[in-house]
Amino acid sequence: MTRRAALVVIVFAAVAVVAPWLAPYDSSLAFRDYLHAPPMRPRLDGFGAPVAHPLVLVDRLEQRFELDPARVVPLPWFAHATDQSPVFLLGSDSFGRDVLSRLFYGARTSIGLALVATLGAVLIGALAGAWAGYRGGWVDESVMRVADFILVLPVIYVVLVLRAMLPLALPVSTIFLLTAWIFVAVGWPFVARGVRAIVAAERQREYVLAARSLGAGPWRLLTRHLIPACGGYLVVQATLLIPAFILGEATLSFVGLGFPEDVPSWGTMLIETANISQAARFPWTLAPAAAIFAVVLTINLALADNKRTLTP
Amino acid sequence: MGPYLLRRLGFALLLVFVVSSASLLLTHLASGDITTEQAFVMDPAARAKLRADLGLDRPLGAQYLSWLGGVARLDFGRSLLYSRPVGELLGERALNTAILAATSLALATLIGVPLGIYTGSRSSGLGRSAVRVASIVGLSVPPLVGSLALVLLAARTGWAPAGGMTSATIVDLSWAVWIRDLLAHLPVPALALALPLAATLERLQSQAIHEAMQAPFVAASRARGVSDFDAVVRHAWPVALRPVLALYGVMVGSLFSGSFVVEVVTSWPGLGRLMFDALKARDLYLVAGCAAAGALFLAAGTWFADVLLAWADPRVRSEGGA
Repeated sequence: MTRRAALVVIVFAAVAVVAPWLAPYDSSLAFRDYLHAPPMRPRLDGFGAPVAHPLVLVDRLEQRFELDPARVVPLPWFAHATDQSPVFLLGSDSFGRDVLSRLFYGARTSIGLALVATLGAVLIGALAGAWAGYRGGWVDESVMRVADFILVLPVIYVVLVLRAMLPLALPVSTIFLLTAWIFVAVGWPFVARGVRAIVAAERQREYVLAARSLGAGPWRLLTRHLIPACGGYLVVQATLLIPAFILGEATLSFVGLGFPEDVPSWGTMLIETANISQAARFPWTLAPAAAIFAVVLTINLALADNKRTLTP
Repeated sequence: MGPYLLRRLGFALLLVFVVSSASLLLTHLASGDITTEQAFVMDPAARAKLRADLGLDRPLGAQYLSWLGGVARLDFGRSLLYSRPVGELLGERALNTAILAATSLALATLIGVPLGIYTGSRSSGLGRSAVRVASIVGLSVPPLVGSLALVLLAARTGWAPAGGMTSATIVDLSWAVWIRDLLAHLPVPALALALPLAATLERLQSQAIHEAMQAPFVAASRARGVSDFDAVVRHAWPVALRPVLALYGVMVGSLFSGSFVVEVVTSWPGLGRLMFDALKARDLYLVAGCAAAGALFLAAGTWFADVLLAWADPRVRSEGGA
């Protein structure tokens, strides 16, 4: 179970790194003649590269396209020429940008941000929780009171208030770090709570007493013995935080408090779907929502057996 | 039972106070105020005058104290964005959010709990597997994704109005018409909000029933000839109720978080949108008022869940609560 959760985290990290290399076009490349082009179906033509029929704009006013059955163009991965007519496997957005490419680039932003924030939340949560569980007394009391208080609040409002407080127009890297820190601030109590319980129980165990009697200080006990004892719990918590943070980014960007529109992320891609009539006409622009669903589903499937193993 | 619930009530009041004060102070600390964010005054002198008129140039402490004094008299100040009393705005919007949240909660309970009892009391079967798959899929549809998908569905099929809470075309404000109109608009946001909650409830209830069914007293009741249905519903279920009721306290928060997203996507004029607009415009008193109303909801919800839990489980009462 733990191993599977760890695998999921690693796979997501790999996706975040690799995805943009797989994108057929640059994320900001706008094909001005192909606004809201529908998805095109690729097909195999003999033994050559897969091809698609190019689109022809029939009605500029209505933005209606038709396939040109007489011609074929190879898919962008198999062609060098950029002058050929573009192939949109998932359609294009209101700027004529390839949705698939932006989905790939957006995966790096969205998953990357979620991974960084998860790392921070797990680190801080583990340290705070372990410290509270190890020291007990007023330290325990105060750390856990703060954690419990944050846990009661509806997360998205805390994030909104914190983000709205800070200036909106910032460099992208600053927005990335800032959002990550905000996510860490609301995410650590989820980790700290469980770690505290585990550490409070573990510190009575013989191996910890043995280590202490051999002269191990609190720092060594925590980092070498007690926090590693929470390993499985931490991995599972990380797996649960990742989709929450992906959603957090999507929500923030969707309402205009996240990344600016030109930065590809799953949240910024959804901005244009806020216009219901547009989203209904061009449903492929909802692709990032499907991607989010896929991520959450993957994690739920990976953790589904958790409950079964706990209660046979 | 008394002292426990009183303690929880104290916590609830503290929550409302801390949350509204903190959001007021945070908004105050934020860069810019209503005069810069709502750029209707460009001239620095005019802006300074406006700030003085609104009392924004006073020191933070003075503003905070006068706001607190007002709140003690149930006067939440005036919204600078809408130029209306905050209390009035809050009342309208809070009702809308309450309608949405209550419907979703009821929907989630009506879907999730019976299905959970069904799957938990069975060890195999096609129906059980189907519900399991459905609930894992449901768990994976967060309100943002769910509401976008449902809005798309509504807009393309025309089964339900795709956004808003009432139709703008309705001028006739008789109750019957208003309610019918509301009921037409409600399914999309309520379902989007209820789906993951229903799935969570189903999973938890299923697990709890499954555990309760292992208990000797259920086997004993079976041995006495109690029917399958009665063994599950009358004997196992009351024991399996506790974890589910405990979840309600936690769910209130996520219900609230979810309702913000749903309100934004489906243009439901609730508290979440109001707070968001207020935050963006740096409408100090409206932010604080929304936070207070939200915290009040939250506190009332958790308190109600505590009461339910104490009612269902005598151990909670005697523990004195943690």
